[in-house]
Amino acid sequence: MKRYSAFAIAREALRHHSGWQRAWRSPEPKSRYDVVIVGAGGHGLATAYYLGRRFGIKNVAVIEKGWLGGGNTGRNTTIIRSNYLQDPSAAIYEKSRSLYETLSQELNYNIMFSPRGVIMLAQTHHEVRGYQRTAHANALQGVTTEFISPRRVKELVPIINIDGPRYPVLGGLWQARGGTARHDAVAWGYARACSDMGMDIIQQCEVTGIRQTDGKVTGVSTTRGEIGCDKLGLVVAGHSGVLADMAGFRLPVESVALQALVSEPIKPCMDVVVMANTVHGYMSQSDKGEMVIGGGADGYNNYTQRGSFHHIEETVRALIETFPMISRLKMLRQWGGIVDMTGDRSPILSRTPLDGCFINCGWGTGGFKAIPGSGYGMAELMAKGYSPLTDAFGLERFREGRFIDESVAAGVAH
Amino acid sequence: MSTRLPTLGRLIDRSAPVKFRFNDRHMQGLQGDTLASALLANDQMLVGRSFKYHRPRGIVAYGAEEPNALVNLGHGARLEPNQRATTTELFAGLRATSQNHWPSLEFDIGAINARLSRFLPAGFYYKMFIHPRPLWKHVYEPFIRQSAGLGRAPRRADADRYEHFYHHTDVLVVGGGLAGLQAALTAAQSGARVLVIEQTAHWGGRAPVDVTADPDRSHVNGKPVDTFVEQTLAALRAMDNVTLRTRLMGAGVYDHGYVLGYERLGDHIPDADGPRHRLWRIRARRIITATGAIERPLSFAGNDLPGVMLASAMRDYAVNHAVAAGRRVVVATNNDDAYRTAIVLHDAGIEVVRIVDARPAGGLLTDDARARGIRVETDRAIVRVKGGRRVSKVQIGSQSGTGGALDEVACDAVAMSGGWSPVVHLWSHCGGKLLWDAAGAFFRPDPERPPLGADGAGFVLPAGAANGETDMASVLRDAHAAGCAAAQAVAGTAPDTAAPEAASTPEAPLDPVWLMPRNARADLRAKTWLDFQNDVKVSDVQLAAQEGYESVEHTKRYTTLGMATDQGKLSNINGLAILSDALGQPIPATGTTTFRPPYTPVSMGAIAGEARGPVFQPLRRTPMHGWHAENGAHWEPVGHWRRPYAYPRAGESVHGAVMREVTNTRANLGLLDASTLGKIVVKGPDAGRFLDMLYTNMMSTLKPGRCRYGLMCNENGFLMDDGVVARIDENTFLCHTTTGGADHIHAHMEEWLQTEWWDWKVHVANVTEQYAQIAVVGPKARQVLEKLGGMDVSADKLPFMAWADGTIGGFDCRVFRISFSGELSYEIAVPAGRGMAFWQALVDAGADFGAMPYGTEALHIMRAEKGFIMIGDETDGTVIPQDLGLDWAISRKKADYLGKRAQQRRHMVDPDRWKLVGLETIDGSVLPDGAYAVGSGRNANRQAVTEGRVTSTYHSPTLGRGIAMGLVRGGPDRMGEVLTFPGTDGKIYKARIVDPVFFDKNGDKQNV
Repeated sequence: MKRYSAFAIAREALRHHSGWQRAWRSPEPKSRYDVVIVGAGGHGLATAYYLGRRFGIKNVAVIEKGWLGGGNTGRNTTIIRSNYLQDPSAAIYEKSRSLYETLSQELNYNIMFSPRGVIMLAQTHHEVRGYQRTAHANALQGVTTEFISPRRVKELVPIINIDGPRYPVLGGLWQARGGTARHDAVAWGYARACSDMGMDIIQQCEVTGIRQTDGKVTGVSTTRGEIGCDKLGLVVAGHSGVLADMAGFRLPVESVALQALVSEPIKPCMDVVVMANTVHGYMSQSDKGEMVIGGGADGYNNYTQRGSFHHIEETVRALIETFPMISRLKMLRQWGGIVDMTGDRSPILSRTPLDGCFINCGWGTGGFKAIPGSGYGMAELMAKGYSPLTDAFGLERFREGRFIDESVAAGVAH
Repeated sequence: MSTRLPTLGRLIDRSAPVKFRFNDRHMQGLQGDTLASALLANDQMLVGRSFKYHRPRGIVAYGAEEPNALVNLGHGARLEPNQRATTTELFAGLRATSQNHWPSLEFDIGAINARLSRFLPAGFYYKMFIHPRPLWKHVYEPFIRQSAGLGRAPRRADADRYEHFYHHTDVLVVGGGLAGLQAALTAAQSGARVLVIEQTAHWGGRAPVDVTADPDRSHVNGKPVDTFVEQTLAALRAMDNVTLRTRLMGAGVYDHGYVLGYERLGDHIPDADGPRHRLWRIRARRIITATGAIERPLSFAGNDLPGVMLASAMRDYAVNHAVAAGRRVVVATNNDDAYRTAIVLHDAGIEVVRIVDARPAGGLLTDDARARGIRVETDRAIVRVKGGRRVSKVQIGSQSGTGGALDEVACDAVAMSGGWSPVVHLWSHCGGKLLWDAAGAFFRPDPERPPLGADGAGFVLPAGAANGETDMASVLRDAHAAGCAAAQAVAGTAPDTAAPEAASTPEAPLDPVWLMPRNARADLRAKTWLDFQNDVKVSDVQLAAQEGYESVEHTKRYTTLGMATDQGKLSNINGLAILSDALGQPIPATGTTTFRPPYTPVSMGAIAGEARGPVFQPLRRTPMHGWHAENGAHWEPVGHWRRPYAYPRAGESVHGAVMREVTNTRANLGLLDASTLGKIVVKGPDAGRFLDMLYTNMMSTLKPGRCRYGLMCNENGFLMDDGVVARIDENTFLCHTTTGGADHIHAHMEEWLQTEWWDWKVHVANVTEQYAQIAVVGPKARQVLEKLGGMDVSADKLPFMAWADGTIGGFDCRVFRISFSGELSYEIAVPAGRGMAFWQALVDAGADFGAMPYGTEALHIMRAEKGFIMIGDETDGTVIPQDLGLDWAISRKKADYLGKRAQQRRHMVDPDRWKLVGLETIDGSVLPDGAYAVGSGRNANRQAVTEGRVTSTYHSPTLGRGIAMGLVRGGPDRMGEVLTFPGTDGKIYKARIVDPVFFDKNGDKQNV
């Protein structure tokens, strides 16, 4: 792999960039691999990457029915934070955030991790108490957060209205080391690094069946032929239920559309990410200048990757209330993605009833921030059979009632 | 230079000059101008700077597809960035400034990027700025952000008003051009209700413009087409079942025929009273998209210079506004239509120095042009446009070559036409699929794969140019057919009329020309723009393909092609043709990116509508709300309600008020407005059975006249709500819920009744707002009620946990003898309309007894002193009743209740669960809210091990110390142990585990 650098760009500029190689190869599938990962989104590619880089398993294929990074990895609002309440959540999201910090250097691909800080606004007394609790929990979890005053909120976000007539800002939970990253680049960077390790990323290849013998997985049937494997990782977000059905088990997952929108680009006016859970909306400004806005999920199950407009209205109302100046900006584009929601709104990283088959799903509305940590934990689980990061997120927790419920800390999609 | 022509100008009023300002220049346009046409009339060719390279940009299009001419419009509280000059109607006093430059439009430091463009190819930032790490946050990213971003951020809140509008119709016709009007007329003749919307201020679309170019061949039913437009409009206006609206754009199509319309009511009359924009929420049974087509640019080096314009746009400016984009014009084309521009300009006295036709044999209008003395060259390409801030010369070469210049001509404008693409956005928003039309070289709606409605039928019908029809006769036939199909679908009958007759205007086929010249050299491709705003060039798309970003979505995201404010209206088809060529595959194999709403950007203000400020969300008021406000209530939002948190007096702090209210209520008499508590009537022969399932307690055995405290769990066993249930009669219960729970508990009940127990004979009704409810609390509560007089409220007649109907002080009321404070307490419900009067009566009568109102915080403290749990404090969606020592409220006799099975799961019966205890700090201070008790060591993820947490914490004025409730591992078995709570303030708090009932453990005060 040719390394990316300013020097490399200067060299290529002299020959009209004719020397750049493919970022990832586009191979034909082999007949078998040690590990097959289904789903070339961020989580699937990160799983493959850490399998190779940290656990020495490089005979890996990542297969994808569409194009890599084309699902929720390329549709989310790119927020990265780890100010979660429950210990298992804080552990995996903080691992993820810390891996994000150095990911550009590790992958030699600028994923533009921007630790600009994330504020979650408290606009009711109940929220104040909830975030104070989270701040206490975070301190013990090794996650640096702080409950800040309305005045400090205003200093960090000059365009905010802290004295709204309905829900004045009473404070906020501030994570200075949270931020955003360029979502596509995360998928592309991992894909390039995986390909460079000799792994095969096979796009336009849909899984049609999961093969097993005596309760152990032996491979997958695909639209591009049979592919054998010793271990199989299912990392397909919204369509997890479909794959689980092929493997012969069921998941406590519902798939619903979550929407987002962007404004037209304007000059920089907001440096941090703001989440307003009482009024339901969150906003950041991309490096292009667009205000990136997300809101709630639809209440009905759906696979269409588009949602109902009333959610857009509610979100925009909430944000005009919070940031009155955006009223004269224009919505450029709205879109939807299918998020896989579990009963406790926490993910599943788990062995399955099918031996050798593992599943990683249920990230719901907040999976982007978890990509490196999820990939790392999943890789460790698949390689060693145990990972402290994923231990609490097993499927059996639904049977045992051992839920990891973040509803106090995260009342809204993000 | 661009100028106003002495002839033409069908939309302008030459007698009505309009003054406006662009940057600091005072300019003059005419009534009927757009800002774009007025700028051109003032020879303002340079109107902005591009996004990435800060290249000079001029007006390239005539309508919504314009990528370049974006301005900051207005100022102060009416500043709007990124407003398209082409769709901005000129008005007197308009102020616009150009965007994305510093220090000025003419001299922009950022243009250094253009000099460095060779070093800034597509995706350069993925490959650079990686080391050293801190520089990204502090240097690189701020620089990139500052150089991007286009328009200025408004600083002030919006001064304008917006509203929503609802419209139901049988047929919606989007587009008021020839096709739209004809389709509307046909559909309306069936009697169906028809709404026709047109995004511009004018009806007729392009047809009246094209008459000018081709008067002999522009007749419909034997009349000139503009006459036909007027007559069709007149016919539509005369029909009661037709609604016509201009300045109303079809923005998006959603499931079930839901369409968003975006009406710009006030943009052209900014001083007018009334809303600026109106968002239409339209329900249509059928949608006819007569949205026309958009011309494509040609890809040649220097095609982004100011002065290079779409051929159709140049014709529109000339015919509609009498504006010529230049005095010496070169026309470049691969089709016949651009000849019409040449002819119009020529006939208006503009010198057309050359028509460069890429087709080897030219077209059907070639001879017409030559007959006028215009020099036409076929099989030729523009090799390169030269100029600085505007076009100065054009080099011409062979279309099949690599870019050798055979000729160079001086000119000041270039008209280009690469063919037309139907506007298929609305067709595609909700899942309509496209097919590739090789003859026209465009995607058009695939009639076999329309977006489907609930009935399984396609609900969008494309018509005219939007359906790929180019010839006027076939446009009219297609529109008539669409109108018939819509009528058939909604009225069951199609009108017995024929499509209007128009002479067919044959055209020679176009030659798909995706690059000019076909084999252009690398240095030319790097100067050949696809996306003018985002600075994406042919070389960028080719680089993306070379690097493996092969999916059209990858290419889009890697290069930013089509991601600008025009969303690729000009660039997408050209870009994916280049991508397909680079990948060696046919264009349909590459496919398009997804079309997403809105068609053009819609103001956030319009989306929010009226809901802002005080009416942002509905505000729920109790009947006593006004009294609270007058008496200094410090409010707390609770759902959509606001409840008094406390009533601080002059000079008193909020905290001080809370302390006073607690103390007074415990000593004398407190009044609480409890009207917000949920009240749900459950009625029917199966009501008891239903409540037995809903609550953990046994409710069916409750006697009429009695109350019982109940717990409600979800099916996972977690406590979701609590409250007092009163049995009114054999078949009727009144369930009280928490304030925040009323609506969702009502919905929860309905869900179970409708989906699981639909055959049970039970009805539920949320009557929360039918009653005002007042808690009369304290040792003197009975005295004040007796003073008011009426029903017997003595301990014998109305014991604890009983209720009775009667009158007090002349008010019909229902009195519940229940207590959430540990005091003698009556909760009294009166009809909502009598609430204020009853409250006032209590306040007046209570004066002798020291009555004071108290707020939610005093309520919280008093319940905590008594160890009563609060939903949302002691519970958080992970707590079961058993954790809270509420086992007594769980019936062991019942076979089932919601949550019972879940509460038997392994983790739920784990003896290590955290359970409710009281906590007292050693020094009497108040524990911090939400603090955790630490155990010893760290877990596998190196997090500190915790063994409990604070759920409620207050200063108790009754006890004169801090009290808290908390959940602690094995808590009730660890009485007296001291726990350690690290605060986020750096302090370590020590607290002892105690009984959670801090005050009046025997209940002597409430049972009097």
